[in-house]
Amino acid sequence: MSKTPKSMSTWRALNAALHDILADTPESFVLGEDITTWGTGGGIYGVTRKLADVYGKNRVMDTPISEEVLISAVTAAAARGTRPILEIMYSDFSFLGFDGIINQAAKSRYMFGGQFDVPLVIRTNGGSGIGKAAQHSQSLETLFAHIPGLEVVVPGTPGDAYGLLRHAVTTNNPTIFLEHKNQYYDKGLVDFEPLPFGQARIARVGTDVTIVATQQILARALVAAEILEADGISAEVIDPRTLFPFDMDTVYASVAKTRHLVVGHEAVRDYGWGAEFVAEVVENSWDKLDAAPVRLGAARTPIPYSEELEAAVIPTVDKIVAAVRRTLA
Amino acid sequence: MPDFDNEKQGITGLRLMAKIREFERRMPLLSEEGLIRGSTHPSVGMEAVAVGVSLALETGDAVASNHRGHAHTLAKGADFGRTMAEILGRADGYCGGKGGSMHIGVKEIGVLGTNGIVGAGIGIATGSALAAKVSGDGSVAVAYFGDGASNQGVLAEAFNLAAIWNLPVIFVLENNHYAQSASIEEMVAQPDFTKRGEAYGVKSVAVNGMDMRDVYLAAREAVDKARAGDGPTLIVADTYRYLGHMAGDTEIYRDADEVKQWHDKDPIAFLASNLIEAGALDDARWTAMQAELTSEVQAAEDFARKSPFPDVSTAFTDVYDKEEVSR
Ligand SMILES: Cc1ncc(C[n+]2csc(CCOP(=O)(O)OP(=O)(O)O)c2C)c(N)n1
Repeated sequence: MSKTPKSMSTWRALNAALHDILADTPESFVLGEDITTWGTGGGIYGVTRKLADVYGKNRVMDTPISEEVLISAVTAAAARGTRPILEIMYSDFSFLGFDGIINQAAKSRYMFGGQFDVPLVIRTNGGSGIGKAAQHSQSLETLFAHIPGLEVVVPGTPGDAYGLLRHAVTTNNPTIFLEHKNQYYDKGLVDFEPLPFGQARIARVGTDVTIVATQQILARALVAAEILEADGISAEVIDPRTLFPFDMDTVYASVAKTRHLVVGHEAVRDYGWGAEFVAEVVENSWDKLDAAPVRLGAARTPIPYSEELEAAVIPTVDKIVAAVRRTLA
Repeated sequence: MPDFDNEKQGITGLRLMAKIREFERRMPLLSEEGLIRGSTHPSVGMEAVAVGVSLALETGDAVASNHRGHAHTLAKGADFGRTMAEILGRADGYCGGKGGSMHIGVKEIGVLGTNGIVGAGIGIATGSALAAKVSGDGSVAVAYFGDGASNQGVLAEAFNLAAIWNLPVIFVLENNHYAQSASIEEMVAQPDFTKRGEAYGVKSVAVNGMDMRDVYLAAREAVDKARAGDGPTLIVADTYRYLGHMAGDTEIYRDADEVKQWHDKDPIAFLASNLIEAGALDDARWTAMQAELTSEVQAAEDFARKSPFPDVSTAFTDVYDKEEVSR
């Protein structure tokens, strides 16, 4: 029953994915704080809208503010054969449940010799840009990607949001599904097909430099690429989509062509996932590089509140352009 | 039983409550004007709790607040202008515009921060009380948190620690009946929150959170007990927020009649009429007080609006003690 592709916003794409998941997957259920009674009845960004009306309160439930127990509870619920999808209102709040995520969910399969599947999805949002300040704006994808046992998804378009969420529910691993709070209203084409993990997307074809970036920085990289194009520099932009599993082959192939690499993300630059991509390329494709790769990421500071300060700590279009020029110089 | 002096606590408290309300009433307007980023959570209707508790505290005592923390901060003695400047993200704000509404700390008056993490203040106040015990500085600490926060795990751990160590901490649970859009009816099976404290050996009292006198008297007792080394108290204040959870709240989760009913118990009107009845206040004085505090809040707003935005370079400072400015 494939539907015709349609342009929609990210929140709607996610909402459509959840409707389709609940319809297709009887073991799935959705839970989180304020997911049916806030706003117009769909949580803070509308993603869970009307789910309870259609699927009932047994499969779509509002929870108390109890992240710690919820995260470890859904871990066990998953191990016992259901497919929970837990919304954590902001990814910063997942810290309350890090024992559940890291010590329980991520390790259950391994510790117990492969007996347990943990088909759990934690949907949450990260990122800055709307003044939510230090405790509601962090980009935590690197922390999650560092933990063996977790799959980490960072959709950068509405189509990817739909497709990757559909896939997330089918995998038997705990998945951290990180939306970007400043991209819920961005529009794009959704084709209503599940999208496997570990397949990067070439967001723009180019020949002179490879830029690997996600979410808000991906959007900025595409703007930077237009500016560079005007100067005769052709940038290829790659969206990894999933940070684990991650698709290095697409990056190797691109670097073999462009011989230059810039990696950009909103997570703090130091010790960030960009370093991982750079290291992989340096270790395995050293001979394909004509210059040292460049990493871009947020400054080593919490996210400040005031607008100009907030803007100053994460990579801008100008900084991406400058980074490309630096590696090409 | 401590006593309530109509001038000392009554008039002072009434004025402070009315001034905080005037301040908070402006939040949605400033938000609509685009001057407040992110989210801001006014506490209109809940003034009696912050003020009643604060009147029992000294400057050296500490408060750990939550996301709905302007009143807690102002009642503890924060300057209205600098608090407003912080909410507007300005250089003259207490945190130089880095914190905003949800992260206002004021060290010199013991405000350990409003907080964006629901329930976090419970652990933080417990830690302040631990420091007081270890250092013997004689201070007490207050944690303000909501009915929603009572469902966080930290509450159980903090109550137990405070009880076994007899810590000078006062847990103030502001039960305004909703956690964002979630009603207590749906989120707790035992709505008598005093049972939570009792279960851990924390002395627990329920107060009418719309009656500043009732709150003050309970707080006074709790503070005296804590200072005497007799350990923690949980104060459960029954109250209500008149405005939405934050600017832009559709409020589909509650009906207007309910809100109206609580307006009939308004803590400011209630205290004013009590003081008038007792002969401690008359209409003329009350009218004059209101005019005066309105112009004080206006001055605070003018100050905040005129305050410059912080210099961008400050985005990279204060991360470490030794300034290691990163990219
Ligand atoms: C750990 C955490 N979870 C969720 C939130 C989102 N959130 C902010 S305020 C709030 C409701 C808090 O309710 P309550 O503690 O009763 O305080 P009230 O808002 O009623 O004053 C929620 C769910 C948060 N800030 N932190």
